[in-house]
Amino acid sequence: MLDTLLPILLFSALALAAIGAVRRVRLWRQGRPSSVPVIKGLMQVPRRYLVDLHHVVERDKYISHTHVATAGGFVLAALLAIVVHGFGLDSAILAWVLLAATTSMFIGSLLVAKRRSPPPSRLSKGPWMRLPKSLMAFSIGMFIVTLPTAGILPEGVFQEGLGWIAALVLAAVIVWGLGEMFFGMTWGGPMKHAFAGALHLAFHRRPERFSNRAGGEHRSTGLKPLALDDDRTKLGVEVPADFTWNQLLGFDACVQCGRCEAVCPAFAAGQPLNPKKLIQDMVVGMAGGTDAHYAGSPYPGKPVGEHAGTPHGPIVNRAGGALVDAETLWSCTTCRACVEECPMMIEHVDAIVDMRRFLTLEHGNTPNKGAEVLDNLIATDNPGGFDPDSRLHWAADLNLPLMADKREAEVLLWLGDGVFDMRNQRTLRAFISVLRAANVDFAVLGTEERDSGDVARRLGDEATFQSLAKRNIKTLAQYRFSRIVTCDPHSFHVLKNEYGDLGTPETPANYHVQHHSTYINELVVAGKLTFKAWKGGSVTYHDPCYLGRYNGEYEAPRDVLRALGIEVKEMARSGYRSRCCGGGGGAPITDIPGKQRIPDMRMEDVRETGADLVAVGCPQCTAMLEGVVEPRADIKDIAELVADALIIKTPDDKATQSKPAPAAPRTVLEATP
Amino acid sequence: MPHDVSNTSAKATTPGGLNVAVLVSIGRHPLTARTRRADQDARAVEMALTLQSASVSLLHAGQQDSENEEAIRGYLGMGIDSVNLIEQKPQADVIPALAKALRASAAQLVLTGTRAETGEASGITPYLLAEALGWPIITGLAAVEKIEQGTAVVLQALPRGKRRRLRIRLPAIATVDSSAPPARQSAFGPAKRGELAIHLEPSAIDEALGAWHIQPARKRPKRLKIVKASSARDRFKAAAAKADGGGGQTLTDVTPEQGAEAIFKLLKEEGVLR
Repeated sequence: MLDTLLPILLFSALALAAIGAVRRVRLWRQGRPSSVPVIKGLMQVPRRYLVDLHHVVERDKYISHTHVATAGGFVLAALLAIVVHGFGLDSAILAWVLLAATTSMFIGSLLVAKRRSPPPSRLSKGPWMRLPKSLMAFSIGMFIVTLPTAGILPEGVFQEGLGWIAALVLAAVIVWGLGEMFFGMTWGGPMKHAFAGALHLAFHRRPERFSNRAGGEHRSTGLKPLALDDDRTKLGVEVPADFTWNQLLGFDACVQCGRCEAVCPAFAAGQPLNPKKLIQDMVVGMAGGTDAHYAGSPYPGKPVGEHAGTPHGPIVNRAGGALVDAETLWSCTTCRACVEECPMMIEHVDAIVDMRRFLTLEHGNTPNKGAEVLDNLIATDNPGGFDPDSRLHWAADLNLPLMADKREAEVLLWLGDGVFDMRNQRTLRAFISVLRAANVDFAVLGTEERDSGDVARRLGDEATFQSLAKRNIKTLAQYRFSRIVTCDPHSFHVLKNEYGDLGTPETPANYHVQHHSTYINELVVAGKLTFKAWKGGSVTYHDPCYLGRYNGEYEAPRDVLRALGIEVKEMARSGYRSRCCGGGGGAPITDIPGKQRIPDMRMEDVRETGADLVAVGCPQCTAMLEGVVEPRADIKDIAELVADALIIKTPDDKATQSKPAPAAPRTVLEATP
Repeated sequence: MPHDVSNTSAKATTPGGLNVAVLVSIGRHPLTARTRRADQDARAVEMALTLQSASVSLLHAGQQDSENEEAIRGYLGMGIDSVNLIEQKPQADVIPALAKALRASAAQLVLTGTRAETGEASGITPYLLAEALGWPIITGLAAVEKIEQGTAVVLQALPRGKRRRLRIRLPAIATVDSSAPPARQSAFGPAKRGELAIHLEPSAIDEALGAWHIQPARKRPKRLKIVKASSARDRFKAAAAKADGGGGQTLTDVTPEQGAEAIFKLLKEEGVLR
């Protein structure tokens, strides 16, 4: 009986899966068009899966082993089952391989079951709780049914007496397994992640993210520009169908592992955002329905089941109650921790900014101080509404060389809007003294500089961003410099990664941009700076999101600190897992209330290390962390630490340089390992 | 949504369609002198938009050039489909053109800022318009509470946060100053798509203006305010103190003649009239 039943079951499950796949693809195709290389993309899937995706999954060794055993076993078992049982190929060798594959899958499913007993809060429950059992059903069913083919059990064991009953039970188990694994894969079960995920890898909207054989850095973090010229299309995303089709596909790939939720600073602070729920809400919107079936953690303070949407219905209603509330979108600090952690390579931040663009550009509904900041940026080119002619007032005594006078310089020092902030002026002063100590040929734009447009863009105001960026590009095109150095990672990111799209053939905007920590490190390595011995207490380092996750610069700041003789006491969350200070993405401007403040949590991380001082490299981080009430560690920018330790060589010193100095200054080369 | 500006201001209920015309001008940022929507005019637009079941039309008399257009589009970005732009020469007196357009538009309520941010900025336009149209004028409008049967019940803002409830006969002109609710955000998309309906009108050249000699204002030194306070409490009291007026009298329930006489007497005492 099983010999005839199995092929029927297998092929009907496959046929149903194919129908489901067509249905699913049609759901994705509701989105806006986006051209992708189809064949090339599909060819890339194995590499993107085995290298890039696995690289992320591997950060959790337990689940990476589990997934290799389960998924590897399943793929092999499914293919062989089609050959052996579907087409009835009576090969003992294949049957043995099939047995091995199902065994591997079974072991994997045991590990999946173990992780879910009890499930950690970040994992979704509901249908996901039955997944380990379904995996077992498939693997056990396939294992037993293959035993006769492999010659372990006699042929025909399932055809007489008790065998009939066993066969019926076995058939039921296999139906369950096939139902979950084949049918569920395209009809919206937990296994959907495999089907959508593979295609998502093939048609990812940021193919530059993935590695290739040539090696090197593969990072794609700049936001994509929005075409503002077309008068008819609406700007940004109003309804789920306004996303591009491959974005919708990406949302559908979510495996609800909740890694994003575990690292999201807004979620931890009790603000109404949970990246996982947001992606699931987009899936709900794409398919139509309510979020009542969502089985993971809700947005803090917002019960599940009160929101619903359709592919062509608004995502955000002014009155609330649509798919998502506006506060959810405005809670994001664009720190990219979720994107960094996501094993399915989903682009949460892009989606959030797309929806913010609609709220700002079409609704005119940027919350709290948002509208005021944008108006200031439009009228005065800085978010504070200060007189743009007063940009250099803080440096009246520094006699800064101006690009307008010099026309060319080795380094163009991009000061950023920190010039209007008294705390940041100290950092800038420190960095300028470092540049002068190293005899760097630098110049500033002075009053010709404008806000880089970072905040405007993250608040969704693409028009103001592009206006600022284009005018900045025009200014920069007048001068000759070999690199731009800035103390502000936000300006750094925007100049480096986002201006390029707005350049023109006459004024290309591909600059060599460096963060000041990278540049100081280069000066240190070149032996241009000499430091006193470090006498302060213990130090930890806070990675700014826009320097680390956005641009992969984790080492230079640490190298500089080491060169100063400081041993960095790392926080539990540092490097690519660094927790945001809460200052990015316009979050301090939109200021969505939560249960606690993000910088308070970060300073708690600092306190756990016992460090007396946090080294930072970003004006936003400085402001956010210094806003935490005392007692707390001191906050100092890397430039300030370097400037404090400088031994300035006057011409007299140079003459007596050969004598050992009484304070036993370390030279850099000795200090760097 | 808690951050939505439009929901925070009280909605006035008006039965039937009410025609509201808002006169808008070109604003100028105080620091950078860039053109923008004028703050008070934008508040007037905001007030018009919060009136329920009112049809709002925007009117601007002036020149059409790219800088002005950007400023006018600032008003469109508040969610308005089109602005009527009456094209006038730079030296024109816009009162006749505006009066003609308002008469033709059947507007029942005309809202505008108290004074413009560019041009003469004398704040006299609404008065001249009221005179030309023969309509009543109310200044410092803080809120429109009710409009029924050809009259409007409004709140007028007085100094130091006081409000006075007035009943005015429509059609009327009302000016809005900074005591009115702030204007909503101007969104880029609607601003870009909104229509500028251009009407050509003959310009009445302002002879007097042509004869004037205009020069940039001289910066006058500010008088230093010396606060001789030793404690924070004293400093706060000094900052929050009432302006020393003392004199003056409040006239209530007097005939217009008596009122005029009192004003006339005061002006003579102060030496304004001789």
